[in-house]
Amino acid sequence: MVKWTEEERCTIRDVWEKVDIDEIGPQVLTRQNIISFKRHTLATFGDIFTNTSILNNPKVAHRGKVVLRSIDKAVRNMDRIQETHAALSRLHYEGVDPDNFKLLGDCITITIACKLKEALNPQVQAVWQKFLCAVVETSKIRCQKYVGNNKP
Amino acid sequence: MSLTAKDKDTVRTFWAKISGREDDVGTDALSRMLRVYPQTKTYFSHWTDLSPGSAPVKKHGKTVIGGVADAVAKIDALSSGLLSLSELHAFTLRVDPANFKILGHCILVVMAMMFPNDFTPEVHVAMDKFLAALALALSEKYR
Repeated sequence: MVKWTEEERCTIRDVWEKVDIDEIGPQVLTRQNIISFKRHTLATFGDIFTNTSILNNPKVAHRGKVVLRSIDKAVRNMDRIQETHAALSRLHYEGVDPDNFKLLGDCITITIACKLKEALNPQVQAVWQKFLCAVVETSKIRCQKYVGNNKP
Repeated sequence: MSLTAKDKDTVRTFWAKISGREDDVGTDALSRMLRVYPQTKTYFSHWTDLSPGSAPVKKHGKTVIGGVADAVAKIDALSSGLLSLSELHAFTLRVDPANFKILGHCILVVMAMMFPNDFTPEVHVAMDKFLAALALALSEKYR
């Protein structure tokens, strides 16, 4: 379990308070899909084959909000991220390459950087990165656990 | 994955927009790399001060971003254009190429921070591909 200082908790909450999920969520997933060539993971989303279609795809935008709502839960439960995200474990295990978690984390940081600008100074980014790593590692552990035990 | 003509144009156009502030980008990116990814400090243990914005960080940030600017100018022939830099990193500095991706991410974060309206998703993907190609060119002499 990751340990947090009180200062780190405040830093993460300060960053997250400035994030409007309805605004930032769609931007995050848009960026991730434009950058990633592994677009087949969203094959049911319709047209995601050009940058323009990704930018205008309402399902991409909606998924972005869903993803950030799960990050919101992790922010509110920093000491229990693994338990908090347990409900997502089977869903991710069945269809998501774990490499995408890191890419998503990087896209979240870059999108937040556009929003926060100088407020995302090196010290703040370091704490935010620690938090994202905790979320990403939790997701990877779930995938490895299920693969290792051959659980359906 | 290679850079398309459109990617190259996007990189050149965005680089022209940040003209005059490249040194700030370099300093901030290096500061972040050392602070956010402390394992990278190992390459700079001879510096007296590794804190964000310190004199050695500013000086080296300028050197690094100068290298990136040179790569933008040589974007049509990165492998041949960056051969001597690749030799430097492989044989003298002995930098693990995994760190190129880390610094690349920090450069992208700083660009997003300093130029939020210009750092659109299309610019983001072009710069990401360019920095990946630059890292590959720097890795040329490692094997």
